Amino acid sequence: MNIPGYGNLLVNGLWTSNPGLVQLLGLCPLLAVSSTVVNALGLGLATALVLFGSNLVISLVRNHVADEVRIPVFVLVIASLVTAIELVMNAYFHDLYLVLGIFIPLIVTNCIIIGRAEAFASKMPVRVAAFDGLAMGLGFTAVLVVLGGLRELVGRGTLLDGAEMMFGPAAAAWRIDVLGADYPGFLLAVLPPGAFFGLGLLLAMKNWIDARLAAAVPSQSAAIEEPVAG
Amino acid sequence: MSAREAMRKSLLGATLLAVAAAVGVAIVAYTFEHTAPQIRENEREVLLATLNEVLPANEYDNALVDDAITVTDPEMLGTTQPVTVYRAFRGGEPVAALFTSVAPDGYSGEIRLLVGVRADGRLSGVRVLAHKETPGLGDPIEIRRSDWITSFDGRALGDPPLERWKVRRDGGVFDQFTGATITPRAVVKAVRNTLIYFERHREELFAQ
Repeated sequence: MNIPGYGNLLVNGLWTSNPGLVQLLGLCPLLAVSSTVVNALGLGLATALVLFGSNLVISLVRNHVADEVRIPVFVLVIASLVTAIELVMNAYFHDLYLVLGIFIPLIVTNCIIIGRAEAFASKMPVRVAAFDGLAMGLGFTAVLVVLGGLRELVGRGTLLDGAEMMFGPAAAAWRIDVLGADYPGFLLAVLPPGAFFGLGLLLAMKNWIDARLAAAVPSQSAAIEEPVAG
Repeated sequence: MSAREAMRKSLLGATLLAVAAAVGVAIVAYTFEHTAPQIRENEREVLLATLNEVLPANEYDNALVDDAITVTDPEMLGTTQPVTVYRAFRGGEPVAALFTSVAPDGYSGEIRLLVGVRADGRLSGVRVLAHKETPGLGDPIEIRRSDWITSFDGRALGDPPLERWKVRRDGGVFDQFTGATITPRAVVKAVRNTLIYFERHREELFAQ
């Protein structure tokens, strides 16, 4: 496997092989927690942190771990990290911890993490692996936040409701009533089916953009190549 | 591969795994040590804030969170598990008992309540601690969704009379919500049963 550059890694994580939109990994928390922007951001950042840490540690030990016990060691690393982060969130972001509940410990089972550990971090130098964890984590967070924003906006007519859970009491004022205080709400968007519809829309949008880009690029290169071929 | 070599390999693997486990435990233990006091403090604060919603902090002078007893009465308190009762005193005189009762017959499982009963048998307030009712239909029992739950404030066993301690559809005085009768019915019944329990056990509850 060639060692990719940082720019490539970033583009990969955020777009080309985005965990939420392309690899379709970790959909359970993605669908369950994306009911508001703040919930989504909280779980996204926690996942990104775990992904960064696990890629880093696994790349560090990659030459010392025998193949036979590779996976159990990875699982141990990930589980320890997640438990540590859960404790820290419980201590310093208690309200958010209460809202996210079971989905924090469940980060352990998020396939993106073991997937990146096995497919990437265990074969790459430390810095590259750590950066990949960050890029993938940010890609996952971005999808979560966009989906959370969509659902919060349509479902409740607000954005950033509950920001004080993450950013302290002053952030309570960040809440924006985009659709007015007397917006009746749209229950479907808040319920799990709304998450599926929202993700479906995002997937379609990404594919549409990719198709447009793909359609634009070949015609350009064809134009350049033509004289050569002729 | 010779038997010796295979043995060596498995021993190596086992050692690696043991080392990884030890390091993992060390990380978790270290984090736990450093976060445990803060977590305990958070949990106390959350509990106290909830208790104070049902009984304002200026009405009692004891350490409410610490003055907890447990009682068991599956029929009246809705669960076979021991129910925690927080006891509020002022100058040694009983002020209120705060029950963590359960409404066992919600639309989707148990509804956990906090029912504050003053020493004179009137409700100081009721709050929902946890529930799994349908969002948008059953969740107006939460104070952040509607003020329905405050309709219990100041009520007592004789007010309304016992046979009217029901939702309107059943001939009682408490509103139900559009599209959801089962949820409020379960809550009303649980609150009424808690009051009955309090009436029967008042003396023991406040015994020091």
